[in-house]
Amino acid sequence: MLNPGIKRLATLAGVAAAALAVASASFAKDREVKVYNWSDYIDESILADFTKETGIKVTYDVFDSNEVLETKLLAGKTGYDIVVPTGAFLSRQIKAGVFQKLDKSKLTNIGNVWPEVAKRTDVYDPNGEHAITYMWGTTGIGYNEAKIKERLGDAPVNSWDLVFKPEIAAKFKDCGIFMLDSPDDILSSALRYLGIDPNTKDEAELKKGAELLKSIRPNVRKFHSSEYINALADGDICIAVGWSGDILQARDRAEEAKNGHVIKYSIPKEGAMMWFDMMAIPKDAENVAEAHEFLNYLLKPEVIAKASNYINYANGNLPSKEFISEEVKNDPAIYPDEDTMSKLFVKLAYDAKTQRTVTRLWTGVVTGK
Amino acid sequence: MRKWLVIAIPYVWMILFFLIPFFIVFKISLSESEISIPPYTPVFDIFEGWESIKAKIGELDFEKYSFIFSDELYTSAYLSSIKIAAVSTFLTLLIAYPLAYGMARAPREWQPTLMMFVILPFWTSFLIRVYAWIGILKNEGLLNALLLNLGVISEPLTIMNTTMAVYIGIVYSYLPFMVLPLYASLEKIDGRLLEAAEDLGSPPWKAFWQVTFPLSIPGIVAGCFLVFIPAVGEFVIPDLLGGSETLMIGKTLWSEFFNNRDWPVASAVAVLLLLVLIIPIVGFQWAQQRAREAGR
Repeated sequence: MLNPGIKRLATLAGVAAAALAVASASFAKDREVKVYNWSDYIDESILADFTKETGIKVTYDVFDSNEVLETKLLAGKTGYDIVVPTGAFLSRQIKAGVFQKLDKSKLTNIGNVWPEVAKRTDVYDPNGEHAITYMWGTTGIGYNEAKIKERLGDAPVNSWDLVFKPEIAAKFKDCGIFMLDSPDDILSSALRYLGIDPNTKDEAELKKGAELLKSIRPNVRKFHSSEYINALADGDICIAVGWSGDILQARDRAEEAKNGHVIKYSIPKEGAMMWFDMMAIPKDAENVAEAHEFLNYLLKPEVIAKASNYINYANGNLPSKEFISEEVKNDPAIYPDEDTMSKLFVKLAYDAKTQRTVTRLWTGVVTGK
Repeated sequence: MRKWLVIAIPYVWMILFFLIPFFIVFKISLSESEISIPPYTPVFDIFEGWESIKAKIGELDFEKYSFIFSDELYTSAYLSSIKIAAVSTFLTLLIAYPLAYGMARAPREWQPTLMMFVILPFWTSFLIRVYAWIGILKNEGLLNALLLNLGVISEPLTIMNTTMAVYIGIVYSYLPFMVLPLYASLEKIDGRLLEAAEDLGSPPWKAFWQVTFPLSIPGIVAGCFLVFIPAVGEFVIPDLLGGSETLMIGKTLWSEFFNNRDWPVASAVAVLLLLVLIIPIVGFQWAQQRAREAGR
């Protein structure tokens, strides 16, 4: 039998050894992955679950415009392992040599990709070599139900006429129309309304679109890509041409605030733009293996469904539909029906010359000059 | 030796934080834009040797500058920025002068407290203060609610998202920059001068115009420059409070840089903005120099 003194010494030695083991383990580099995604675009518990499952720490930063992301990527050395640009931006960035090819042998869940979505994103990234669709949505019309009824009676709201027909748009001048400050979304929608190919490079056709926008310009209070969420939710404006999920977010905020404003979203019958936010790995990423693990985790149906349920956007994962709540799945604003789907169009990247023409026309529309 | 150091420090500062960045921007403004990392060409590399650098210098040109002058968008953006900055500087002066005057004439023991009140807003983030104005000015905001309840107006005023809101935002944000130099020069004025004016039969308003006002001119000039110069390039206030028709050079620069991804044109716009601002600054320096020589 050991005397108590020695026993205590032994315990101390044990504690010291354990402490040493912990210390040496922490010398090995912690595994981590740095993600740069859109703001308000994930259920944070997904990140915590990922860390719990893999031991990989997630550093998660957010941005609110493709332009800001692209400028960082083109300046180089962003320090991020995963970024989430929208399709047309992604395709241009692939050409600029920003991204590395995905190692599909590490993406064991790649079979869950929704073929219909993959087919549409092929125009940006053929065969999905560089990116995986995170979420997709549409650019349509968000409106304040009561205020529309007051001015329009029971006239239909499922048409671009609401904002692009000057005599109708004029009825909403006093209560306010907001539009995205994004020619990619607004000019292409206007071209579609006129029956012109939204991806046209013809200057005369582009000008026709700009002329239409100029004719309704006096009725638009502001072009901005994020303020409309609050403005719509607070009842400061009647109509916003914006992104589906953002408008649904405005709807939810108005419901939570119980301010009596009912916000609705409609995809115009003439057809609307469909866009895809896609996850890709920059060439200079430091944690390539961890980035693949993260992507593979998000390819799990139950994980990505959790994100969709939280942010009201449809994802690019077919089996995930099973895990998506009825409310989200049956909302035609999030998962449009077949007929509406067939009318959605995708927007391609402009070449530098067309981009300049478009931006110049856009500045003319926005400033009225 | 020590004297040399004292002179060298500001020069090193100038070279490191002004001249070198300026030359980088200037060089980009002479380049061509390209879809790559970085998005322009040519890129200089000092390790490539002199010959290659010399060849690349040959690729630079001033095409972007002629482009800017060929499109009236840029000129009107510069002019409208200068106009907005000038009007808001004037409005700031109108509000700040009585404030600073009151502070300078207040009892000595109150002055530090009053000074605190002027500086207090800086304790909150600039962005949050501008956001607060959105809450005040918007259609269903505090100001409209107040005026509607008082019965002053029957329909809400649309102030938010107009140039009016930009003026309010700039005047509010830059007010302390005008008050502080004004207070500094008003506070220095020898009270006995005013007593002398009074003794000689000058009524107070005349004494103000003939004594106080001329002596406060250095404060007015300094305050106006502190407000005018940053207001010309202001981006945040017009972006948050202004409407889309508020054309300012900061926003134009932003869209060149981000929407067009055209770093060379964006850099050329920035270089020209600097020149637009440098001319009045140099003029001001020259006027001060002459005043000093004349006073000697």
